[in-house]
Amino acid sequence: MTRRLAFALAVLVLATLPFWLTNSYYVNIASQILIWAMLALALNVLAGYAGLVSLGHAGLFGMASYAAALSVAGGAAHLTAAVLALAATLVASAVFALLSLRSTGISFLMITLALGQILWGIAYRWISLTNGDNGINLLSRPAPFGISLESPQAFYLATLAAFLLVVTAMEIFVASPFGASLCGTRDQPRRMTALGYNVWLIRFLAFLFSGLVAGIAGLFFLYYDKFVSPHALSLATSAEALLMVISGGTGTLIGPIAGAALVVVMKYVASAYIERWNLVLGAIFVAIVLFMPEGLVPGMLRLWRAMRRARRARAAAAHLG
Amino acid sequence: MTALEVRELQKSFGGLTVTANVSLAVKEGERRLIIGPNGAGKTTLFNLITGELKPASGRIMLFGRDITRIPSRLRAHLGVARTYQIITLFPGETLLRNAVLSLLGLSPLRWNPVVRLDRLASLAEDARAALARVGLGAIAGRPLGETSYGERRRVEIAMALAQRPRLLLLDEPFAGLSVEERRDILRLILGIPREVTIVMIEHDMDTALEFADRITLLHFGKVIADGTRAEVVADPRTREVYLGE
Amino acid sequence: MPNTIALALGGSGAEWTVPAMTLWLLLAINSITLGGLLFLLSAGFSLIFGLMRIPNLTHGSFFMLGAYLGVSFLSAGLDFWTAALASAVAMATIGGLIERLLLRRLAGNALAQVLVTLGLSFMIADICLMIWTGDPVQIETPPALRGAVPIASVVFPAYRLAIALIAVVIAGMLWLMLDRTRLGAMIRAGVDDAPMARVVGIRVGRLFSIIFCLGAGLAGFGGVMGAPILSVYPGLDADMLPLALIVVILGGTGSLVGAFVGSFIVGFLYNFGQALFPELAYVILFLPMLAVLVIRPQGLFGRQA
Repeated sequence: MTRRLAFALAVLVLATLPFWLTNSYYVNIASQILIWAMLALALNVLAGYAGLVSLGHAGLFGMASYAAALSVAGGAAHLTAAVLALAATLVASAVFALLSLRSTGISFLMITLALGQILWGIAYRWISLTNGDNGINLLSRPAPFGISLESPQAFYLATLAAFLLVVTAMEIFVASPFGASLCGTRDQPRRMTALGYNVWLIRFLAFLFSGLVAGIAGLFFLYYDKFVSPHALSLATSAEALLMVISGGTGTLIGPIAGAALVVVMKYVASAYIERWNLVLGAIFVAIVLFMPEGLVPGMLRLWRAMRRARRARAAAAHLG
Repeated sequence: MTALEVRELQKSFGGLTVTANVSLAVKEGERRLIIGPNGAGKTTLFNLITGELKPASGRIMLFGRDITRIPSRLRAHLGVARTYQIITLFPGETLLRNAVLSLLGLSPLRWNPVVRLDRLASLAEDARAALARVGLGAIAGRPLGETSYGERRRVEIAMALAQRPRLLLLDEPFAGLSVEERRDILRLILGIPREVTIVMIEHDMDTALEFADRITLLHFGKVIADGTRAEVVADPRTREVYLGE
Repeated sequence: MPNTIALALGGSGAEWTVPAMTLWLLLAINSITLGGLLFLLSAGFSLIFGLMRIPNLTHGSFFMLGAYLGVSFLSAGLDFWTAALASAVAMATIGGLIERLLLRRLAGNALAQVLVTLGLSFMIADICLMIWTGDPVQIETPPALRGAVPIASVVFPAYRLAIALIAVVIAGMLWLMLDRTRLGAMIRAGVDDAPMARVVGIRVGRLFSIIFCLGAGLAGFGGVMGAPILSVYPGLDADMLPLALIVVILGGTGSLVGAFVGSFIVGFLYNFGQALFPELAYVILFLPMLAVLVIRPQGLFGRQA
């Protein structure tokens, strides 16, 4: 019950954000956190639940951005462009999956890295198609049901709606038999096969789901900046997404969201105070991998529980003494 | 009816022949014990039967059906279940969830991405029953990490039995257990109805002998002796293999 | 493509016009140069991957940091070659510290080690930005090699040839070390089968340190060598790392021959790809790597995992 309450409260806070956070700059930051959180959640499906760490997810993320931007530039309406973009991302995810699921572990990491780099290379070099480093501009954000999303507040609320949809879908997914099967393939792939599961197909479908959500994030990324450049598909972006997932913690839904918030805040807010935020981010990441490998959220929970136990023990000792 | 027949099974790794022309036949309802020193190829034989490994040549027949080409995951649907020498359960999960995962493997529900797994009452009931059959019904809600090694060995067996297999392969089910725990597990295994054909790999002859109808002795991947319990125990080659090592 | 091209030779101030066919020769020489640089970068990467089974995502950073250090040593008054060697030593030390203090704590957890190298690459990139700022730095070619070498009616920049020669010499030295010394035998054993090597009594942990130092040092040396041609700039690490990955995947992890052959293959693919198919330059580069990963994961010269 408390979980539901906490969730409802969080939604309330988030939904009313534009009203109590009056500075548009911070509303935009909030939008960015939500967009990157969606990418982190997408990556978490593979890295966290499937146990397959991908360093190429920016490829799928940016692919959606480019596909939508190109469609709109080609004359399509926003809705059509979005549908086309997500379809293209699904196809790309399927290709990614077919090639990378032949292995696991480090090989999987390298194949996804290579695939992401290929997509990046196309965006960077196929100038006649993608305009290369100059990127593609989007003239306007979509206006669903005629509502303009040009203001930071309106855009934030639209992004929030998408984000809540994604989070709900993830929650249902994780709690479902399929979600449990996926986690099973992470922990004991041998046994899962012996129990009758089709481990490859489970991973493949998970990859598609992951790619679709990454694509949704990519769409909102495009709408936010009204611009996409090859950097969106770069190894650096994939690495940042992985950073978000790992630092926040892969075992929960909050983890990737917290990780995304951490990275975005570091990037845009802390960078005003700390000049070398990349250094701090990298250092935090290394520290987390070394000392809190389960991620910040589970790690903090662990620390908090340990502190409570210590406090209770001290209280008990005080009573006796 | 022959439950399991293996014909001239051959498997090598690089230059090493692990399974050399192995043939054996297990009747329905039989209790077959496979023994042999370390490295004799016993677990490899199991891996070949479950389909985890592909033989270089030979055939595997399950209840008269040739399953040599059938992929591992489908053999589970045909009634093959196994336990592992090293405990391979799902960490971080409760015993109930472990059993549920076993049951799901054969159920079309496993593809469902929208239903809440925890709300599937009949599945949970069957899982609880599976755990109860091995005496763990009371602690079904306990996380795996809080169970003892002996309890985990039981869960291993529960996982396999939950799928109501026709052929059960037990790979060293007594490994690492105390004398008392071994007796408990033995009682459990002896209590399995004869609808289930059981093939067991074991080192501990004292406990396993009571179980066996027939025994197959493997050494260096070859079948050295194959017969009733009395025959194999009396066979001089058995002593040679075990004393010689 | 124009029939004649103007070729400016680095530093000599002379300009020559040469027939278009020589464009291919020039691309070839640039490919060989790039191949040489890539070998310096990838040899260590390959050995680290082969022995420790991790793609060292900090390797590009080692190259870049080494180059930056070389720049500083040069401005401190050292001559080019001393600066390069000093850089190599500095990078080897840094590599050793990273291995001992960080990677060793995660022994056995390959994925965690890879993640640490990823985090470190972020840190090193920012540190370089802090110390040397964002402006690209151009180093001058060492004075002795500023001229051009005439070979068969065409004139080639001396420095570029020198890099290729240096790469070959170092390759030779590495090969001798691996093939003829006891240390080399232990490394080869470790690459072949690390757990077995431990069982036999080889101190694999110590080998890890040695290889990591060696790799970092070579990368740093390569960074300085490459500086006159590539210049040094933020993002150099991100440009070089994928190339090292391709070389090692193509050539086979843990294989020195593979790194050598792979470096030159990639050097050629890169230069000719850029010239002939500029739009698909990166696809041409990464597609073979992908094909190898999927079809023949051990690479051209690697051992079956």
